[in-house]
Amino acid sequence: MNDKTETDEFLEVDVLVIGGGTAGPMAAVKAKEANPKLRVAVLEKANVKRSGCISMGMDGLNNAVIPGHATPEQYVKEITIANDGIVNQKTVMAYAERSFDMINQLDEWGVKFEKDETGDYNVKKVHHMGTYVLPMPEGHNMKKILYRQLRRKRVQVINRFMATRLFNGPDGRISGAMLLNPRTGETAVIRAKTVILCTGAAGRLGLPSSGYLFGTYENPTNAGDGYAMAYHAGAELTGLECYQINPLIKDYNGPACAYVTGPMGGYTANAHGERFIECDYWSGQMMMEFHKELEGGKGPVFLKLDHLAEETVEEIEEILHSNERPSRGRFHENRNTNYREKMVEMHISEIGFCSGHSASGIWTDENARTTVPGLYAAGDVGSVPHNYMLGAFVYGAIAGEDAADFCESNDFAEIDPAEIATERERILAPLKREDGIPPHQIEYKLRRLVNDYLQPPKVTRKMEIGQERFAEIRRDLENMSAADPHELMRANEVSFILDCAEMAAAASLYRTESRWGLYHHRVDFPETDNAEWFVHVQTMKGENGMPINFKRDIDSYIVELDESERDAYQKLRVSSTQTES
Amino acid sequence: MPKANQMNTVPVVVNSEACIADKGCTVCVDVCPLDVLLIDTALGTAYMKYDECWYCLPCEKDCPTNAITVSIPYLLR
Ligand SMILES: Cc1cc2nc3c(=O)[nH]c(=O)nc-3n(C[C@H](O)[C@H](O)[C@H](O)COP(=O)(O)OP(=O)(O)OC[C@H]3O[C@@H](n4cnc5c(N)ncnc54)[C@H](O)[C@@H]3O)c2cc1C
Ligand code: SF4
Ligand code: SF4
Repeated sequence: MNDKTETDEFLEVDVLVIGGGTAGPMAAVKAKEANPKLRVAVLEKANVKRSGCISMGMDGLNNAVIPGHATPEQYVKEITIANDGIVNQKTVMAYAERSFDMINQLDEWGVKFEKDETGDYNVKKVHHMGTYVLPMPEGHNMKKILYRQLRRKRVQVINRFMATRLFNGPDGRISGAMLLNPRTGETAVIRAKTVILCTGAAGRLGLPSSGYLFGTYENPTNAGDGYAMAYHAGAELTGLECYQINPLIKDYNGPACAYVTGPMGGYTANAHGERFIECDYWSGQMMMEFHKELEGGKGPVFLKLDHLAEETVEEIEEILHSNERPSRGRFHENRNTNYREKMVEMHISEIGFCSGHSASGIWTDENARTTVPGLYAAGDVGSVPHNYMLGAFVYGAIAGEDAADFCESNDFAEIDPAEIATERERILAPLKREDGIPPHQIEYKLRRLVNDYLQPPKVTRKMEIGQERFAEIRRDLENMSAADPHELMRANEVSFILDCAEMAAAASLYRTESRWGLYHHRVDFPETDNAEWFVHVQTMKGENGMPINFKRDIDSYIVELDESERDAYQKLRVSSTQTES
Repeated sequence: MPKANQMNTVPVVVNSEACIADKGCTVCVDVCPLDVLLIDTALGTAYMKYDECWYCLPCEKDCPTNAITVSIPYLLR
């Protein structure tokens, strides 16, 4: 391996967006719109043309707040209740207030949403209380449309470079990032006044039950990079004990997808074909009921469509087999599953971090600012609960605009050359080590341990044993060897996954109560304890390099909840199918 | 450390007749989010080098000659 790395390329931009999936391109475009003179770059591990969750498109908006169908206040209420009260309502409100404008912006850019005869958006009810789902039956062009905007606004795009660490200046302010080229093994440094992390979920934390490392629910490019980078940069993270766990098609591990099929009459059923949950909107409470049914005598769980009319099934097939996860038709074909005749077997996903679906992320305020000056987070890696795709767009926009502002009054912070040298050595080490354990083997073991010890139901002693095993894996990293630059990328991802596993264990152990249904179901602390734990649980990197946790008060609500609504999400089970828990 | 070489079947098949990598095409390699496709310059075709596929299909959809077929990876088929 020739070592071209001693002379790192040194780039300089005002706004560095890391991750060009969903939130990233929007952040870059909005930063440019705010100030066209700024140098704005999007850095992408893959290629912005087809990267991230929406690489093939999307089936719909899961959280559209559209006048006439819902108000921002109603939405804030719904998410507060769905997330068991642990929300910074200001952040949810900031999303809700811009939701409709963002839909119109996307519509203007050419994204196709479902409309009725009068041209109004055709919103559907899936949530427990309000009406927020807007289908996009022709949602395959999302990436093309975003790419066009990147070009039009003259955003610099840097594909096939992954960020591995962020740098802080002497005053703690963000100063730039270290990059690795996964094809050549070259490293580079970018100096930036602001960095916006848009690196998506931690999708490779747990191991899918298929055992296939890349058969994850999330796009597996998102290994938890942003969570780990923010952690090492000294930022606060939040809700890491509130895992993402989703109900999915068994083995295929993609959404089943009740949001598409629900409004057309499909539903989640047990082996008897009976409905057992009132509402298919994904929440911890829903997952708890799902888990009970799955493991109970009436399990497993299925998506039921076999009662629907032929035209309806055809329409469902047309959407589900061409848009978001288009390979699912092939999956069903291999197993002779025809929606008309058979229910589709479901299962639950591996655990992960994701605020898009759940609430685990880098702590941000309503301006997308993290606790590190100059560092922003948007999308799944941020901390606005249940934010989904539209939330990624809105918070991308908020971050881009605020970052542009930040550049007005802040100059570059210095990067310590010694830190660059240390980081270069760290990320290249597995490539230089000729004899050692391949990354995929360590990754498999690590993620298998995550399943064994961290997956709910959570048990104190098990999580502690998990921590001991993770410490051993940390020692194994000293022995990890990569055969080529591609494996070097995987090796660096393994270290992100390990950081996330350690953070997940620490945060889960810290919160000694149960909350969010299955997401944080602690068998030895089965009750919700509002007196002690009606707080955010924060995670930071401690002095000894291991995670520390502390409580953060919940800001006073800006939208009060009615007493009668407070526990609406605790009553999801259809009463005729009550199980003993 | 002693190591073993285990074989895996991979989910991506490239039809070498149809593939025009020899004329300079690299579309599938460019778009794959997991960066698991490569061009075999000797044979002039694309192929899957790493068994790390999300069965997401950009490679297949964007190939100008329909040379790629993605199947569901064996472990979850
Ligand atoms: C299968 C699936 C179906 C979904 N369906 C819906 C739906 O129907 N409706 C809805 O509203 N929401 C849906 N969601 C959620 C929604 O897609 C996400 O919340 C949203 O797209 C997240 O955007 P993001 O920008 O945070 O992440 P992404 O779009 O995933 O972007 C993250 C980007 O960061 C890049 N990256 C990662 N690490 C690095 C690094 N170290 N250096 C450089 N780049 C890096 C990745 O390559 C990727 O491009 C779905 C999600 C999934 C996975
Ligand atoms: S996109 Fe198609 S034609 Fe082009 S290199 Fe790949 S397989 Fe060959
Ligand atoms: S299906 Fe997706 S992950 Fe697999 S090779 Fe094609 S583009 Fe890459």
